[in-house]
Amino acid sequence: MKRAPTHSYPGINLGERHASAHKASEVVTFGFWVFLMSDLVYFGLMFATYITMIDAQAGGPGPHELFDLKSIFAQTLILLTSSLTVGLAMLALKYNLPRARIVLWFGVTLALGVSFLVLEMRDFLAMAEKGGIPQRSGFLSAYYGLVPLHGLHVAAGCLWLIVLGVQLRVMGMTDLVISRVMRLALFWHFLDLIWIGIITIVYFGGLTYG
Amino acid sequence: MDKRTEMHRRERRRYVIGYGGSLLLTLAVFAIAYHFGIETTGVYLTIGLLGLAQLIVQLVYFLHIDRRRSSREDLDLILFSTLVLLIIILGTVWILGNLAIRMHGM
Repeated sequence: MKRAPTHSYPGINLGERHASAHKASEVVTFGFWVFLMSDLVYFGLMFATYITMIDAQAGGPGPHELFDLKSIFAQTLILLTSSLTVGLAMLALKYNLPRARIVLWFGVTLALGVSFLVLEMRDFLAMAEKGGIPQRSGFLSAYYGLVPLHGLHVAAGCLWLIVLGVQLRVMGMTDLVISRVMRLALFWHFLDLIWIGIITIVYFGGLTYG
Repeated sequence: MDKRTEMHRRERRRYVIGYGGSLLLTLAVFAIAYHFGIETTGVYLTIGLLGLAQLIVQLVYFLHIDRRRSSREDLDLILFSTLVLLIIILGTVWILGNLAIRMHGM
């Protein structure tokens, strides 16, 4: 008896339970990893720019006046929890759990993603009120180049979640939809990794050396 | 059917462990920042190491990356991208840091 490969690429695998979807998603998942890694290089450039710009405050407001750690803490917990719930949504789909369960985890993830964005927007507005706008200094330009770029990715992830929710309803749990949900889960986990970099380098790094 | 439920439970446990670990590391980072203040390099080094630990926890438990049965070329892709990333970041910081010292005589 020939066994289906259980783990043929890094990351979340569908496994033998969905043999045909597994085979079909192998190539596109590899392609998606290529996209994620080139996106990572882009983020890396922005991180490098930020590190070199930490001192370039040009007399404008710096990290100590602008960063609100309580809000950052809340955003971190929200994003981390959404990384769990998107995984649970993917597992619910993978193991054919009742539709209500899948919809629940999708909904919770979307709600968490949106509340993250709301908190982040509030931070940006509060910073702008204190004079922290992108054109004020090199430091602020680098900050606004990096952190909202991550926020934009989260917004794209939310949109993607909505589209997949609709597809799940219209097309049902087809192989194609299942493999798309897997890629969304990869994307979402990847965004949480970037966020760890942001709190460590942008926020704590800025507060230590800025 | 039974094997399936077992596999589901095992995978879900993996996610919960990853979440618990990440949560603990996050709480530790913010507790340290709150308790000791974010001033010294020592505190920042601790925060940085905890951040690195969290990256590894999430790579293993959320993205399921390990050295076991993964196919080589995909792992090569990730490792090569990491190398490119390190060259970009360290190279930029090195060159521009050097330039800053020459320009301002810091």
